[in-house]
Amino acid sequence: MSSVKEPPQATTRPKSRVSRRGFIGGVGLGGGALGTGLLPLRAPAAPAALAGPGPVAVTLTVNGKTHKLNLEPRVTLLDALRNYLDYTGAKRVCDRGTCGACTVLVDGKAVYACQILAIDAQGKNIQTIEGLAAPKPDPLITAFVNNDGLQCGFCTPGFVMAAKAFLAENPNPTYQQVSSGFGGNLCRCGSYNGIRRAILEAAKSAQGGTHA
Amino acid sequence: MPDYSWPAPEKRRVMGRRTNRIDGLTKASGRARYAYDVKRPNMLYGAVVTCPYAHARIRSIDVSAAEKMKGVAAVHIFDGSAPGAEVQWAGYEIAAVAAETEELARDAARAVKVEYEVLPHFVREQDLQKAAAYAKPSGEQITGDPDQAFKEAEVVSEGFYGTPVVCHLTWETHGQVIEWKGDQVEYWPTTQAVSGIGPELAKVLGIPPANVHVMQDHMGVGYGSKFSPDRWGIACAKIARQTGRPVKLFLERRVEQEIAGNRPSHFARIRLAAKKDGTITGWESQSWSTGGMTGGGMPPIPYVYTQIPNQRKNHSAVRVNAAPQRAWRAPNHPQACYLTCCAMDDLAARLGMDPLELFKKNADYTARPEVYRWQLDKAAELIGWKKLWHPRGDKTPGRLKRGLGLAVNTWGGAGHLSNCRCNIHPDGTVEVELASQDLGTGTRTVIAMVAAETLGLPLGAIRVKIGDNRYPFSGTSGGSTTVGGVSSSTRKATMNALEKLFALAAPELGAKPEELEAANGQIQLKGNPKKAIAWKAACKKITGGPISEMGQNDPKNPMGLNTGNVGGVQMADVSVDVETGLIRMNRLVVVQDCGLIINPKTAESQCFGAAHLSVCAALYEERILDEITGRMLNPDIEFYKVAGNPDIGEIIVHLDIRPEHDKRGVIGLGEPPVIAGIAAIGNAVTNAIGVRVPVVPMTPDKVLAALERRSA
Repeated sequence: MSSVKEPPQATTRPKSRVSRRGFIGGVGLGGGALGTGLLPLRAPAAPAALAGPGPVAVTLTVNGKTHKLNLEPRVTLLDALRNYLDYTGAKRVCDRGTCGACTVLVDGKAVYACQILAIDAQGKNIQTIEGLAAPKPDPLITAFVNNDGLQCGFCTPGFVMAAKAFLAENPNPTYQQVSSGFGGNLCRCGSYNGIRRAILEAAKSAQGGTHA
Repeated sequence: MPDYSWPAPEKRRVMGRRTNRIDGLTKASGRARYAYDVKRPNMLYGAVVTCPYAHARIRSIDVSAAEKMKGVAAVHIFDGSAPGAEVQWAGYEIAAVAAETEELARDAARAVKVEYEVLPHFVREQDLQKAAAYAKPSGEQITGDPDQAFKEAEVVSEGFYGTPVVCHLTWETHGQVIEWKGDQVEYWPTTQAVSGIGPELAKVLGIPPANVHVMQDHMGVGYGSKFSPDRWGIACAKIARQTGRPVKLFLERRVEQEIAGNRPSHFARIRLAAKKDGTITGWESQSWSTGGMTGGGMPPIPYVYTQIPNQRKNHSAVRVNAAPQRAWRAPNHPQACYLTCCAMDDLAARLGMDPLELFKKNADYTARPEVYRWQLDKAAELIGWKKLWHPRGDKTPGRLKRGLGLAVNTWGGAGHLSNCRCNIHPDGTVEVELASQDLGTGTRTVIAMVAAETLGLPLGAIRVKIGDNRYPFSGTSGGSTTVGGVSSSTRKATMNALEKLFALAAPELGAKPEELEAANGQIQLKGNPKKAIAWKAACKKITGGPISEMGQNDPKNPMGLNTGNVGGVQMADVSVDVETGLIRMNRLVVVQDCGLIINPKTAESQCFGAAHLSVCAALYEERILDEITGRMLNPDIEFYKVAGNPDIGEIIVHLDIRPEHDKRGVIGLGEPPVIAGIAAIGNAVTNAIGVRVPVVPMTPDKVLAALERRSA
């Protein structure tokens, strides 16, 4: 875990000297992402420094670009991306790790960005839909379009990022594996049929997959 | 006047082709800007304080602590929420705050102190006897002689059925960004009514409608819940005016589920009288429903089989302390379908008859017997009814029981009032402009396809401009009226513009304008591609500004371009684990008549999506209100369950596009396929396990309880 320096703005501190971050560090959870089971669990190497409650300096690496921010330690990675930066592809829908609309890749793993604090995403390689879309759209994106794997499109960036991680682990999935194994994201419009076909098409074009 | 009628199927080059939606790449790339993504310089973030009680009187509101907090720009008390006011449901908006960051806004919302006098509430309507004090009977309706019919009946079946309240659960929650520029309002709502919402906001704010500029490129669904600015929109506008800064105010998920729309419940005890051959001779129903404080209206029962003779219908509207219902994709139809089709299925079982035969035998009671008979056979063929259907109760040994079920639907879907402007510029650029909206249905794409078809141009040559109320008025997206409306107005506007272009091109071709046609990127003599001038060359003749022509769809005279009234059949194939009570969807077959299809690809997506929503309602979705506290127990997406990819099985869509349907013109498709799935799944479960699970969602506990009743 990266350590956070004492913020100059933070003049008041909780009397108990327990912050949310300190508490989380103390019980050894890997940020807020435990619920997703997708980030490796790591015990902190040293007691975590207290941060907050006021804004602290935070550095995020998004799609290879470094951003220096000043935000409260309680700000989630999702809100940092959307409100403090301008990466609005990741969407806030449930805000509690259920729907996957905020899925981004952190060090290559799919993570619900609403379930990890921005301060805990420091020093990690964060990849968002914007990084997958430019300069040229990833074949997975075009596969979603070709197969109409979207309707209102609000959940789509999260689906694409989750599918990217899914295909990284299962480069040549069968239809059965996609229809029963790809379950971490929800689409209210019900575009699952197109999404399944899109994942298979992308697997075929990228890996020479044989199941599409 | 040009002949606006649709080209014959064999002549269509663009319409009828499976076409990728033109905004698909923007959406899948994360570049699409929804209202929820709009960020303005110097923008404030809002948060809403709501009432935690289902029924209470506001004693006092103390905003002083919130106002003093660092970063707080304004605290606003909602109109109608002053001390003394009575609140009738939990989630009711009391105050809104605006602050420099969203985190600070939430802190400030928590710091607003509201004292209440808590009053008694009532929130559970499922048992009509317990709800008697809150139920308002709407008066008996009788047709024919039901007493005689039941007396003479050879068979009578009886049952209880119910569908609870469900939420809209729009993925993009409700809200908006508002910015004042002098006396002008820049308004980014998430709405189904780009044309309609501005005047509504203007009226409340006391400004001319022309002063409200509505912008919405994309929206994260509405399902019927997003027509009005709502109290939060008005509050947002007032705070923005007060602070002189842009304000973003969206409901958090909990509040969206509590107050931003729900579909009313419907429960009924139904008796059916019939002859031994399956002919239905009588209907009796005692139904009740709630949609909040006003109760809920009578569902349209008997559904589809409206002409069943000898009916007695009683209905009670039950008042509960919950936020008001809103239109929910095919209002009242899924519930009416569930009540009717389950009762008919139970009658078939009572008669020892295959329900497919019973539904066909009584088809003369429907408005379109031939359509339903054909569709029932088609769906039966697709699901393998003859091979897989069995009388109630799968006798296969083991814990997994399989069953089939069916249901039917109907809907209107004729086009709404829509105006379109088509501009053809001297450089050949074509714009079509409508103050309409794309809810995710593919509206943008069908507009482009109609324009491309009419002008003989490739799809990419059309610039579709929607989502801005500075374009010509186009109706709200409700009732599946959009595709009929916008396709017809676009057809007329583009033909009117083309007529002007023909007049300019005719002299060079030595022909009369009426002898010309547009095809393959050129203006040519009808049927003679060699006698032609290229599109761009023809457009160079335009002088004095672009050709700019209007087209209107008048719902009173759609001129054959669009119409309403469709039928559909759905059949479900499920497996039920009788040890755990878990239901697995195997297949859901959707057969739908839908008029002329402009884009089969997005039309099918409508059916896939609608069928998925039926699975949600049949197996997962329910708003659960706590009897003691009056609050919603599952205002989130963890415990308010919806179906995910692994839950829906295979959905098989068959669009009934036989020539006789194509000839009817364009008909809306958003709503009809969302209706019949719940009943089809309910009937399939009953067929599998031999006993009915009367009230959806059919969660494992209810399945096990039904199985216990069977063995008792």
